[in-house]
Amino acid sequence: MLEVSDLHAFYGESHVLHGVNLEVRQGEVVTLLGRNGAGKTTTMRSIMGIVGKRNGSVRFQGQELISMAPHRIPRLGIGYVPEERGIFASLNVEENLTLPPVVKDGGMTVQQIHELFPNLQGRGSTQGTRLSGGEQQMLAIARILRTGATMILLDEPTEGLAPVIIEQIGVAVRKLKQRGFTVLLVEQNFRFAATIADRHYMMEEGRVMDMIPNNQLAANMEKLHTYLGV
Amino acid sequence: MSTIFGIPPQALFGQLLLGLINGSFYALLSLGLAVIFGMLNVINFAHGALYMLGAFVAWLLLTTAGIGYWWALLLAPLVVGAFGVVLEKTLLSRLYKLDHLYGLLLTFGLALIVEGAFRHFYGVSGQPYPIPDLLRGGQNLGFMFLPNYRGWVVVASLVVCLATWYAIERTKLGAYLRAATENPVLVQAFGINVPLMITATYGFGVALAGLAGVLAAPIYQVSPLMGSNLIIVVFAVVVIGGMGSILGAVLTGYGLGLLEGLTKVFYPEASNIVVFVIMAVVLLIKPAGLFGRER
Repeated sequence: MLEVSDLHAFYGESHVLHGVNLEVRQGEVVTLLGRNGAGKTTTMRSIMGIVGKRNGSVRFQGQELISMAPHRIPRLGIGYVPEERGIFASLNVEENLTLPPVVKDGGMTVQQIHELFPNLQGRGSTQGTRLSGGEQQMLAIARILRTGATMILLDEPTEGLAPVIIEQIGVAVRKLKQRGFTVLLVEQNFRFAATIADRHYMMEEGRVMDMIPNNQLAANMEKLHTYLGV
Repeated sequence: MSTIFGIPPQALFGQLLLGLINGSFYALLSLGLAVIFGMLNVINFAHGALYMLGAFVAWLLLTTAGIGYWWALLLAPLVVGAFGVVLEKTLLSRLYKLDHLYGLLLTFGLALIVEGAFRHFYGVSGQPYPIPDLLRGGQNLGFMFLPNYRGWVVVASLVVCLATWYAIERTKLGAYLRAATENPVLVQAFGINVPLMITATYGFGVALAGLAGVLAAPIYQVSPLMGSNLIIVVFAVVVIGGMGSILGAVLTGYGLGLLEGLTKVFYPEASNIVVFVIMAVVLLIKPAGLFGRER
């Protein structure tokens, strides 16, 4: 569904990604693991076309994205949930939820979203940034589910959240998988990643170093610890 | 009832009306500046020149084509808005990656060019523009005489300001605008064409200036310098209200117009500087402006 090959990205003069290769198949949940600064977030931003400069190849359902205008990429059905969540302070919860335009049929209805994230129900007129961190994360995921996007880029959804909230996000991601969503997930919390992912890509210094299927995770613990430095 | 605080009511209400008229123009112009600043981060120094352009378009439509006030009210903002779109596409859009100061310098230069060109062709003396027939005459309100046209200006500017506020704060398009003001990159990553929104926002902001110019034409004379006379006060209004705050721009515009009027009654010597004194005080106490958010 998504094939990234020899992807390079630059912020100004600095060369951040050095030829990233990865592939996400339809219906998979795939993680990017690695230390801070390994290039995980930049990989996501490069797929969305919102880094300073990028080259190489990013293909989504066979279509080349590398020279596409950034606002056209999401319209193909790729939803982006940024690390900083990006809830808008000048919009209320409902406006935040309905902000991203619907790009395809088959998106979830607001009612289905409320069933998935009960915390968001009845909060429509609250200022977006007045929600708790966990609720903001739910809102950031929820607004993408409405759009009919079939692939979701999820950047560190558990960062800074309490275990009980992480549990809830995990349930949501598993439900998304059941509904047939394809997910590319950036995580530092690999215990969380291991509970939901099919495969893991290890990143280091702007490159993908290794790929570990989830069922071989136990056998590769040593390798994993080296990459993550834990 | 002969005096209020020792002032004849005729004089007091007369000056308050004048203040309200000035406030109407402050509000319309600072509203456009606030919208543009919010979205483009550009302090549009060409705003006064584009207000003047609006008045001149109306005057030229009348004198060369016989097209009257009501059509001018529609056409002049469209012409000014289209001119703004061209400016944004060809010049301003090249500067977004640089410091905001460059946008300010560019628009300042544009203002000088536009004003200089009109001064060259039409001189500095004002051209009269007649009040439309429908709005001639006035109403005797008992305590004062209200010229119809001035009443119209106040109502029209209020309606436009409220409609703009509603469009920005309560509609879907407005939500896009507010979101893109906060985080244009993310809004782009949701599939919204942000560069197009930026162009449209600039066009809309300067069209408001063009509209203000048409409204002003029958009151002030149509002159190449009418914009630069007004714009300095308008910048002070924007600073007091808070950069980028829509409601702040509108309320501060009317409020300061009225305050200027009152100052003319009670202490005329200070009426030209009262806005700037308030600006200095606001900058000292609340640098983000009365309605502004710290960024």
